[in-house]
Amino acid sequence: MSQAILEVDSLTIAYDGKPVVDGLTFEVAPAEAVGLVGESGSGKTQTALALMGLLPATAHVRGSATLGGEKLLGRAEAELDALRARRIAMVFQDPSLALNPYLRIGKQLRLILERHGIADGATATRRALDALASVGLPDPDRQARAFPHQLSGGMRQRVMIAAALIGEPDLLIADEPTTALDVTVQAQILALLEEVRKQTALLLITHDLGVVAGHCERMLVLEHGRLVESGPTERVFAAPAHAHTEALIAAHPHLDKAPALSRPAAEELLTLDGIRVSYRAHGSRLKAVNGVELALKKGETVAIVGESGSGKSSLVRAVLGLVPADAGRLCFLGEELSHEVSARETATRRELQMVFQDPLGSLNPQMRVASIVAEPLDVHEPGLSGTDRRRKVVNRLEQVGLDASFVERFPHELSGGQAQRVAIARALVLAPSVLVCDEALAALDGSVREQVLNVLKDVQANTGLAILFISHDLGVVRTLCHRVLVMYLGRIVELADNDVLFSSPLHPYTRALLDAVPVADPTAERPPVLGGEVPSPLSPPAGCAFHPRCPQAVEDCRQHAPGLRRVGATDVACLRASEYLAKA
Amino acid sequence: MGAVPTLLLVIVLAFFLVHSVPGGPFDSERVLPPEIEQVLLERYDLDDPVPVQLAKYLGNLLKGDFGPSYRSTLNVNQIIAQRFPASLAIGGLAMTLALAAGLMLGTWAALRHNSRLDRVVTGLAMTGISIPIFVVAPALVLIFAVYLNWLPAGWTVSPGPAKYVLPVVALALPQIAYITRLTRASMIDVLQSGYVRTARAQGLGTAAIVRHHALKPALLPVVSYLGPAIAGILTGSVVIESVFGIPGLGEGFVTAAFNRDYLQVMGIVVLYAALVVLLNLLADVLYGLLDPRVRYE
Ligand code: SF4
Repeated sequence: MSQAILEVDSLTIAYDGKPVVDGLTFEVAPAEAVGLVGESGSGKTQTALALMGLLPATAHVRGSATLGGEKLLGRAEAELDALRARRIAMVFQDPSLALNPYLRIGKQLRLILERHGIADGATATRRALDALASVGLPDPDRQARAFPHQLSGGMRQRVMIAAALIGEPDLLIADEPTTALDVTVQAQILALLEEVRKQTALLLITHDLGVVAGHCERMLVLEHGRLVESGPTERVFAAPAHAHTEALIAAHPHLDKAPALSRPAAEELLTLDGIRVSYRAHGSRLKAVNGVELALKKGETVAIVGESGSGKSSLVRAVLGLVPADAGRLCFLGEELSHEVSARETATRRELQMVFQDPLGSLNPQMRVASIVAEPLDVHEPGLSGTDRRRKVVNRLEQVGLDASFVERFPHELSGGQAQRVAIARALVLAPSVLVCDEALAALDGSVREQVLNVLKDVQANTGLAILFISHDLGVVRTLCHRVLVMYLGRIVELADNDVLFSSPLHPYTRALLDAVPVADPTAERPPVLGGEVPSPLSPPAGCAFHPRCPQAVEDCRQHAPGLRRVGATDVACLRASEYLAKA
Repeated sequence: MGAVPTLLLVIVLAFFLVHSVPGGPFDSERVLPPEIEQVLLERYDLDDPVPVQLAKYLGNLLKGDFGPSYRSTLNVNQIIAQRFPASLAIGGLAMTLALAAGLMLGTWAALRHNSRLDRVVTGLAMTGISIPIFVVAPALVLIFAVYLNWLPAGWTVSPGPAKYVLPVVALALPQIAYITRLTRASMIDVLQSGYVRTARAQGLGTAAIVRHHALKPALLPVVSYLGPAIAGILTGSVVIESVFGIPGLGEGFVTAAFNRDYLQVMGIVVLYAALVVLLNLLADVLYGLLDPRVRYE
């Protein structure tokens, strides 16, 4: 590693004298892929921005960083501009924010070529098309004329990668390049980065150890801005030297470990029967949910899993009455529920509560925790005495692991995990029977997520709470949920008990989802990546909606839409499911 | 599509307002003999109830006829034709100046966000917005025409293009100030966006970033302001033309209002309202052209 392409020596970044990166030293060799891992706030992104020269003026940067002999730190903007794109390039986390919505895709690529004198005129146009084709964009001619909002998230991230590579840089920095994407698309983008590695060195920043295990030769572990461990990926996973690395690896989801779960009661709390939801879009009807049946039992957690466009959010919103279902029956304890929340009895309304993804965004910043948690009480039990009200609030806070001292705080004084627990306490203060969580843990880091998970489990064991749990994180689903419901384009494709589903998934889509989860084991075999993307729900494919992407599709699948039927211990919608069961 | 009803509403409201002002076109210090006044009123249909007058007026408008003036031998169409060119020149130049200067100053300040220069520009813009035009115009005349004697103070005294300078600048100043502030705020916003960060990471450099990536989105709020801007220029021109003695529509409006020359007042109101509505429509179209997401939805 003597001729490293990137050498970083004692890099320190501080704001107001507080270091966020502290004495970081590492190297990257040509064509090497190095993973930079850590939880949020560990300084990963700050490091990347420092190398790109993109830190705000308020940052104090010390130390040195050189790329093939060129200094990167403390240089004038114009000198850096000459290095950017040609020597060093970066792919950002969220492609919907990183591409200019007002410029055509082709133009955004051509600007780079023209500005760096790589090509202009017709040559630039051709080079841009080539770049788009090389990242697997179908029909580059058309996409070059498209605006970013006309592309899917995965396609946008491909465009970002094309833009980063168009100047043939020596080093590509990718900052959480797949975090904002669906699992199967994430797998595709990671496979694309794997290809790219032949041309350039890669510094891959991620919180996901599975991604590092599968795609990096060496890894660096950051904790609070300090490098706590570095070395070849296989060695680090086999024998982590630092406790933090060990904790990170342990916190990574293990899909093969059966969870310990409390047993649900036999009583059915909430039943969904033939639920359909549709929206008017572009003059036609978009069928978001297309006939869903489910019976949720007391004390049971059912996970709803599926990628964007699967209809999972529409489904739970219909259950809550936030968007009216246009067909089907919703029953709570045998009583039919109105489809509109406004038409429901107050007494049943309080039985169904919801927790959203963004904890801070769903808490009123001007209210103290006590008032936030008490708000539903003020609506549903206005006659409550002051002491009773306070007692209920404190009880709920304690239930989610926050002591009474929190009542006086404002949301901005809470960490992400605490804020999410306050949101859960508020949802639980009326002692509802059913809690709906829409990606409620997605914004939380490993250890905090663990805590909140345990809170939910405890509450469930003590009160018989039933939970509908939307999540893209199959690791969380595995540890929390009794049953798993997999949706694709508005329909249930598979519904089975946790153990059955994770040990012998029957539907090809379920298997692809499980395969796409990055495994935190560098030696594990990587299954093939599912191609294609979820088609628009506006024009779902005929026959089995999954057939254009299904590796097992046969002629029959094009004509006949499979209904949900019982195969073994699983409800599955696939014509060939019994064959798989026989093989398994 | 709301253009026609909006216009109609403005006309009806203005008509009743104009007629509710005390006095009439033929009141003056010397009282006319009642018989003569009666003849005059009948001749101009002024003896009809106001709603009937309105109906007749609207009917004529549809035929493109703005009606007679009570004070002039010319009809209102002819008066407008005679007075419009001067107003159009002043207003058009002021609008162009306001856009050019406002966009440039705003972008300049945004690029030096939080610097001393930024604060100076912001301060000046704030001042420009808060000082009313009837103070600005005479002040400019005092400084540049009376003390420095660089520029002519009135319209009629000078035949050359120099006579345009002061009125155009005075009319444009509040708009320059407002557009500067708008541009600065939206440009700062855009420069902090994720896609500008991407463009920086691509080494495009400030000039290319502003030109290709930032200008279009930063222009959107300014485009939305075009309608209100033209309204501001039109009301401003009423003051400016009176101060500088420019024989344009604004001055014609003031004279007609003093004389209760109902139809001339109405004619100018209708024309101005139509201009404002038209520019709002134009702004909507422009907005759609600039923002692809609006275009495709
Ligand atoms: S029905 Fe056919 S296309 Fe659909 S999942 Fe099964 S095998 Fe694949």
